[in-house]
Amino acid sequence: MDNRTYKTVGRTVRKKDAMQLLLGKPVYTHDIIPKGALVVKLLRSPHAHAMVASVNKKAASAVPGVAGIYTWEDAPGNRFAIAGQTYPEASPYDRLIIDRHIRFVGDVVAIVAAETEAAADKAIRLIKVNYELLDPVLDIHTAKDNPILVHPEEDWFPPCQVGGDPKRNLVACETDSHGDVDRIMEECDIVLEHTYHTRAFNQAMMETFRTYSELDRYGRLHLISSTQIVFHTRRILSRALGIPKSMIRVEKPRIGGGFGAKQTAVCDVYPAFVTMKTGRPAEIIYSRKESFDAGSPRHEMEIKVKLGADKDGRIRALDLYTLSNTGAYGEHGPTTVGLSGHKSIPMYTGSLEAYRFAYDVVYTNTVPAGAYRGYGATQGIFALESAVNELAEKLHMDPTVMREQNMVREGMVMPAYYGETANACALDRCLAHCKEMFHWDEKYPVRDMGNGKVRTAGVAMAMQGSCISGIDVGSATIKLNEDGGYNLLIGAADMGTGCDTILAQMLAENMDCSVDDVAVFGADTDASPYDSGSYASSTTYITGKAVEKACDDLKKKLCRIAADMLQVDPADVQFEGKYVRCLADDRKIPLGDIAYKTQVFSNEHAEATASHSSPVSPPPYMVGMVEIELDKETGHVEVLNVCAVVDCGIPINPALATIQTEGGLVQGIGHTLMENVTINKKGKIIEDNFLQYKLPTRLDMGHLKVEFEQSYEPTGPFGAKSIGEIVINTPAPALAHAIYRATGVWHRELPITPEKILMELLQKN
Amino acid sequence: MEVRMKLNGKNITGDVRPDSLLIDFLREKGCVSVKRGCETSNCGLCTVLMDGKPVLSCSLLTLRAAGHDIFTLEGLQEEASEFVGFIADQGADQCGFCNPGFVMNTIALLRENPDPTDDEIRAFLSGNLCRCSGYEGQLRGIRNYLSSRHG
Amino acid sequence: MLTIQNYVRPQSLQEAWELNQKRSSRIAGGMLWMKMSKGNCGTLIDLSDLGLNTIVETEKEISIGAMVTLREIELHPSLQSYSWGAVQRALKNIVGVQFRNLATLGGSLWGRFGFSDVLTVFLAMDAYVELYKGGIIPLSEFAKMNYDRDILVRLIIKKQPCLMAYEDMRIASTDIPVLTCAISYIDGIFRATVGARPGRAMLFYDEKGILSEWITEESAEAFSRYLMEQVPTSGNIRGSSAYRSQLVKVLSRRALLQIKGGN
Repeated sequence: MDNRTYKTVGRTVRKKDAMQLLLGKPVYTHDIIPKGALVVKLLRSPHAHAMVASVNKKAASAVPGVAGIYTWEDAPGNRFAIAGQTYPEASPYDRLIIDRHIRFVGDVVAIVAAETEAAADKAIRLIKVNYELLDPVLDIHTAKDNPILVHPEEDWFPPCQVGGDPKRNLVACETDSHGDVDRIMEECDIVLEHTYHTRAFNQAMMETFRTYSELDRYGRLHLISSTQIVFHTRRILSRALGIPKSMIRVEKPRIGGGFGAKQTAVCDVYPAFVTMKTGRPAEIIYSRKESFDAGSPRHEMEIKVKLGADKDGRIRALDLYTLSNTGAYGEHGPTTVGLSGHKSIPMYTGSLEAYRFAYDVVYTNTVPAGAYRGYGATQGIFALESAVNELAEKLHMDPTVMREQNMVREGMVMPAYYGETANACALDRCLAHCKEMFHWDEKYPVRDMGNGKVRTAGVAMAMQGSCISGIDVGSATIKLNEDGGYNLLIGAADMGTGCDTILAQMLAENMDCSVDDVAVFGADTDASPYDSGSYASSTTYITGKAVEKACDDLKKKLCRIAADMLQVDPADVQFEGKYVRCLADDRKIPLGDIAYKTQVFSNEHAEATASHSSPVSPPPYMVGMVEIELDKETGHVEVLNVCAVVDCGIPINPALATIQTEGGLVQGIGHTLMENVTINKKGKIIEDNFLQYKLPTRLDMGHLKVEFEQSYEPTGPFGAKSIGEIVINTPAPALAHAIYRATGVWHRELPITPEKILMELLQKN
Repeated sequence: MEVRMKLNGKNITGDVRPDSLLIDFLREKGCVSVKRGCETSNCGLCTVLMDGKPVLSCSLLTLRAAGHDIFTLEGLQEEASEFVGFIADQGADQCGFCNPGFVMNTIALLRENPDPTDDEIRAFLSGNLCRCSGYEGQLRGIRNYLSSRHG
Repeated sequence: MLTIQNYVRPQSLQEAWELNQKRSSRIAGGMLWMKMSKGNCGTLIDLSDLGLNTIVETEKEISIGAMVTLREIELHPSLQSYSWGAVQRALKNIVGVQFRNLATLGGSLWGRFGFSDVLTVFLAMDAYVELYKGGIIPLSEFAKMNYDRDILVRLIIKKQPCLMAYEDMRIASTDIPVLTCAISYIDGIFRATVGARPGRAMLFYDEKGILSEWITEESAEAFSRYLMEQVPTSGNIRGSSAYRSQLVKVLSRRALLQIKGGN
């Protein structure tokens, strides 16, 4: 543990953009673009699987104000992936801007550009399409080796070998193991085997997907996009459109939420294509319906857990098989699935003797999945934590006590987590803290409240990562200004999380200045240093460390310039926040003077850029508990209290870390109790708007209480790990647990609706 | 068709189609704090005040607002500034996209009920969705503001 | 999205009625559901200028104009006390305050929506609607009628001594309901209404006299079972027919027991 206290880090400061946001200033894509951009709309297929036989656009083209209608014949033939991932991507190149082969309800048949929305809508209605219908693959269980192929094309290309085979509808597959699972299972007193199912939940960020594009004053393609991944988007566009990267600039203004949805370049390519075709500014704004029908939701997964344990509650072997549905295209398919095992199994490193983790990721003719906060770990943790709770209940053991005897602890090597060591792990303290804060011993027993209502509680643990180890790159550029303040330029994307602010806090701590002295800019491919982007929980841990390194470099540089001004050796001066001091005679050069010096007859600039990558991805840990009141006559679950204790290393900004946690908890509650995604026989999503896809309101989440247990991660900035994703993982297994306590029925499929609860209960009695 | 109304205290006129929705008209008039988050009258992002009452501008025909007194957040900066800092202190602004609608409805709440209980706050604001904050920080912010007034 | 060719604010009900005789005309309520409908409306008729936005109370009745908003109804003190809070209970979960400030009584009743809390609660009262041409008819009759081109002017609630309770089931708090149920005891008669079946709300009486000896645990249970058998339910994404039938039983029993307990 590191007990240093800091001036700025570890303290709550307001987000730098807070007042602009709260006062409704124009800061989002659609607020800041010039008037007169072409409105881009997409004609989408009503069929899940078809070939476009012909398109008649005569009547549509005649609509006044229509500037262009484009179909598969007009689109380039380079296959590409829209997943925001480091090159070479794990996701296959399986898309065209417009493909003749239609693969899901919502796939793009035509792009329409018009002067007004009304004209574009009218043109869309008037386009006549003849489809040759094909049988769709809609069931994940029969997708693999199905004679119907979602991607029969010969130019399907995997930039990485991840076990994919389009001739088998397979995007990826793998088996990984440690120890002799089968032998240990045989030795175990108890073996539980259950299958868990989670759905393609929607991120439902309040600002839907949107992108504006234009040709800039140099004739380059300039995008203003609501994206988490400016650099990946530039690369994706370059390949899709066949134009050099140097001819593309991508910037993001403020983003109205992402949660991973905007880690995929869902809509960027369409206005960019229109701008390249017409030379004119163009904008696309997805409707809420489109964001459901053709967004980038969570991967639906079915996870089979086989758990071997002894009667004393010692968990000895785990065997997981995950079947993941990537939908019609492979974005993030090969990578999300890995987390379902690698970020659940290691939580039981304390007792585990062997594990096996295997998976298949299949194509189906459903909406393509993408990245969503938790990224596979959420699905795996629902399955494994439920199985562990089932074991505890079967053994009549307190599930918190059982976890204490099995959990990973600081210093342990985690074979299921790529052999990494838990250098910073306060999971044990999180559990003890949460138990006390929640009053577990009082709330866990089932209490009859009369009128058919019972109260009880459930628990779950969680872990995540802090980056993609060995891959993610974060960078920071810091420039000194003439008044002694700094500009911090980043390529990471603040999507509301507050990373601009916490990175400024780290800079302030390192440079011994106030957060108010730091102006943050990001992200823009022309101006920001390279950053893989804001995803994989990596910004605090990776880009934060880059800030730290850049500060060190800059300090050295400022000392060198000051030493030159003082005509002493750089070793004889010291950086002291507001000035550089000569150790010998106490002479001081204020930072402003150094900045001015670099502007006059100077060969050195007061600026530093640093990059950072990490060979490890230290997991944050968490314990969540939930108290419910369940109505045994209607099946209704009222969430009363939710407590969570998180080990994110140290919270750089406690208020923001708290809000991250609270937001994640409520999303998790939504997925467990009310958000549903189903498809009809034709493969169309039924819950494709906010009337049918129900987000939790402030009346649906009970009372939240979040606290922290600190650990010190030696590889992280100021000992920090991550927080953005882990916080979504505990509600589902904890709620399923509490519902079992109340009803005696385990629900292994999300969401757990009142109807399922009541009807199962009636069947049981 | 011609429309006249009072927008943020000023008389304005416009020429709109019969099916023009107030949200689009207001954005056209530069009040871009007004946001659209759904097409199903569910999210509360587009909340504005009509004659002092919070309404969904996504569901109100511009022509129906004719002759009425409309306020968007652009016109209530001072009133909002009294309390939004307390939300900012919680970090509960987050992505900010729901903030204008939330702030407008909070203004309406506090005008109607200057000293609401937590349950009254939750009930009044239940039509304002937020996907980032988990709501609790927004509540803490409002609570802290109310306490500061008693303070 | 609905497209609209022409917008008119008639100055008399007669003018509104004449405009509404064209098939392409539509009368605007709060527009909350209507704006989502696809298609084209020739003339949109806005009744805002006809003074239908008031609640008038006399000794014998409460009259609510068609353009009164759900929020105004929710906040009306005598409606609350008269209905024992059932009206407020029925309205408070409809989406949000901003929604209820636009949604009108006329729009809510005219639509006779399957999911309507509004129809469910008023149908349990001794309530009548005034139609411009059709005159004053019981709400129960109106609830069964096909859509025609008349105009709903107001709702009239007879202030008979009344006991009342409202119950609903929602998956999320402000979602449209899985089932709604209101029970009243007015002038010696029990009325039970069930909505969100998911079809239009229906009214039932205690035809077998199960509650004739007043409400007990047993008679409430028996009546709720009777009601479960009587109420036709079906399935949609919010619940199956079987689940809804269970809810009919549970919610009606609870509503009865509330009345027994003096709310």
